[in-house]
Amino acid sequence: MKSGGSLSIWFFTGLCLGVTGALIFATGIYELVNPPVEKVVLYELHANIWWGAVLLISGLFFSLKFSPARERARMSGKS
Amino acid sequence: MNLALLLSSNTLVHLSAVDIAIIVFYFALVLGIGLYLKGQANTGEDFFMAGREMTAWVAGLAFLSANLGSLELMGWAGNSYKYGILAAHWYWIGAIPSMLFLALVMMPFYYVCKTHSVPGYLKLRFGPGAQTISSVSFAFMTVLMSGINMYAMAVVMKVVLGWNIHFSIIVSSLTVAAYVALGGLRSAIFNEVLQFFLIWAGALLIPILGLIEAGGWNGLQAKILHNLTELNVPNPGSYTHLWSTLGNFNSNPMGINWAGIVFGLGAVIAMGYWTTDFLVVQRVLSAKDLRSAELAPIIGAAFKMMVPLIVILPGLLGLALLRDPHTGALIRLVPANIAWSDAGQAQGLHGYDEVLPLMLARYCGPGLLGLGITALIAGFMSGMAGNVSAFTTVVVYDIYGTLINKNATDEKKVHLGRRWTIWGVLISIGTAYLAARAPSIMDYVQALFSFFIAPLFGTVLLGMLWKRATPAGGWTGLLAGTLSSVGMYTWVKLDPNAVRYVALSMDAQDQAQNMFRALWCCLICVIVTVVVSYLTTPKPDSELKDVVYGLTPIPKTEHVSIFHSPVFWGAVVAVIFVILQIIFW
Repeated sequence: MKSGGSLSIWFFTGLCLGVTGALIFATGIYELVNPPVEKVVLYELHANIWWGAVLLISGLFFSLKFSPARERARMSGKS
Repeated sequence: MNLALLLSSNTLVHLSAVDIAIIVFYFALVLGIGLYLKGQANTGEDFFMAGREMTAWVAGLAFLSANLGSLELMGWAGNSYKYGILAAHWYWIGAIPSMLFLALVMMPFYYVCKTHSVPGYLKLRFGPGAQTISSVSFAFMTVLMSGINMYAMAVVMKVVLGWNIHFSIIVSSLTVAAYVALGGLRSAIFNEVLQFFLIWAGALLIPILGLIEAGGWNGLQAKILHNLTELNVPNPGSYTHLWSTLGNFNSNPMGINWAGIVFGLGAVIAMGYWTTDFLVVQRVLSAKDLRSAELAPIIGAAFKMMVPLIVILPGLLGLALLRDPHTGALIRLVPANIAWSDAGQAQGLHGYDEVLPLMLARYCGPGLLGLGITALIAGFMSGMAGNVSAFTTVVVYDIYGTLINKNATDEKKVHLGRRWTIWGVLISIGTAYLAARAPSIMDYVQALFSFFIAPLFGTVLLGMLWKRATPAGGWTGLLAGTLSSVGMYTWVKLDPNAVRYVALSMDAQDQAQNMFRALWCCLICVIVTVVVSYLTTPKPDSELKDVVYGLTPIPKTEHVSIFHSPVFWGAVVAVIFVILQIIFW
C-alpha cells in the first residue's frame, strides 16, 4: 500500500505477528520443558507451540516481503 | 450495574508476564504508527480521507474491521449463546447482500460525487435541511457508540482481568486520541488492518480447539441438543438451524419469523448500516480509484462470511462444552444484569457476553491468553477510533464547514480535525459514564441503529434512485422516520403490550423488536418522502447530475481480466453465501 513513506501497513502487520508469535512460541517451548501445574483444556496439543510458529512464520513473511528496504526500492523503481 | 461488584477481586483469568509483554508491545506499536504517520496528514484530503490512495485490500479490511469492535465480538458471541445459530444471520443475510449492493450499485455514486461523508451526499442531493438532520444525528450517534464501546470494554476488562474501570477507560482513550489526532483517518485505517489480523490470530484457536473437543460439527450439534434438553430449554433443536425454524414466531429462541429476518434485518437494518453508516462507508471512500472502491466491500464481504467462525461458533461451543470443572454440572450463562447483580456475583454467575472470554480462558495458556486479550483491546480501540474519526469528519465538514464557516481553509480544517478528535474522545468518556447508568447497553446500541440508520437508508436510496424526490421530501421523510422510530421505542417502553403491534408477536425478543421497528420507520420515511415530493417542486435534471442514477455518467473502469472484475468476485461471494444458507438451513 502506498503510505507516503517507506513503511507499509503490511510491514507493521508482520512486525506485530512476528514478535507476538515469537513470544508465544518461546512460552510453548518453556512449558514443554517445565509443564505448568494448572493446565488448560487440550494442553496436550501444545497449541502455543504450533500456533506461535504459524504467527512467527507469517510475521517473518510479511516483514521481509514488505521491508523498508524493498519498499524504497519499489518506490524508486516506479518514479 | 453495581460498581462495587465490578471492583471485586473475582476475575476469570490471570495474566502472566508474557501476556503483559504482548499487550504492552501492542500499545507501543499503535502509538509508533501514529507518530510515523503524523507527517503524512497535512491536508484535509490526507487527514479525513487518508489521501484517497488506499488499495482495495487495505480499504476492504478497514471497512470490515471498523465494524469488528470488541462490543461486536463479545456481544454476538453472547447472542449466539442466547439465540443459537440464528445470530449468524447478522453476518450473512444481515451483511453480504448489502455489502454487494454497496459495492456494485451505490459506490459509484459516492465515488463520482467525491463527497467527504454521507451527510455531504445528502447536501448535494437534498440541500442543507437533510444534511443538517443527518449530520447532527450521526455526530450524536458516533459519540454515544464510542462511549458505549469504551464502557463495555472497561467493564469486561474489570470482570475478566480485574483491571480498574477508570484505568481502562483513560489509558485506552488516550491511546486512541493520540493516534487518530496524529495521523487522522490513515492512522485509524492502519490500526484497523493490524487489528483485523490480531483478532483472527487471537480468536481462531477457540473454534479449532473447540471443534476438536466437541467431536466436530455433528458432535457439537449432539452435545447442544443433549445439554439444552437436560436444562428443559424449549425448542432445543432450533439452536443449530438457520432457516428451518423461522416459520413461526414461537418455534425459535429469538421469537422472530422469516419476514423479520429478510425484510427487517436484510432489507432495512443491514442495507442501512452497510450503505449509509458513514463510519464504514468512509473507509471505502478512501480507496485510490473506482475499481478499488468497488472491490473493497466485496473483499470485506468475503471475510465477513467467515467471521461467524470466530464469533458465533464460540457461543455455540459454550452451549455444548461449558461445565463446572469440579462438579461436572452444566454452566448456564445468564443475562448481564443478573450475572453482575449482588446475588449473581455471590453465586459466581457469568453473563452471556462472557462466553468468549470463558472459552479463551478454557483453551489459552500464557502467551495465547495475552494475544486473545490484546485482540479484544485492539477491537475496542479500533471501534472507538472508527467512531471518533467519522465524528470528526462530519463535525468539520458537515456542521462547521456548512453551518458555521463555509470558507474555512484546508489548513484550518486539519487543525480543527485534530482538535475535534480530542473533543470527540473527551465527549466519549462522558458518554461512557452515561452508559454506566443505563440498565442495558445492547438495548441502547440497537435502539440507536433503528433511530438513525434505518430512516437514513430510505432517504439515501430514494435520493439515488428516484429523481422526482425533492429537497422538502428528503428532509421531512428523514425526520418522520427518525421520530417514528423513537416513538415506537418509547411506546413499547411505556406499554410492553405494544410489542404485539410493533413486532407482530408477544414472543418477540429485543432483537426481533429492533428488526420490525427498523422496517416500519424506513417505510414511514419512504412514504412521507414520496407524498411530500409529489406535493413540492423537484430540482431540474441539470442540478441532479452526479447524484441520481440515470443522470450520472458512471466512469468506465479500465478494462481488466475477469479475475480482477468486481462483478465476477461479487458473484463468487453471492454463490458462497447461498451455499452457506443451504448447509446450515
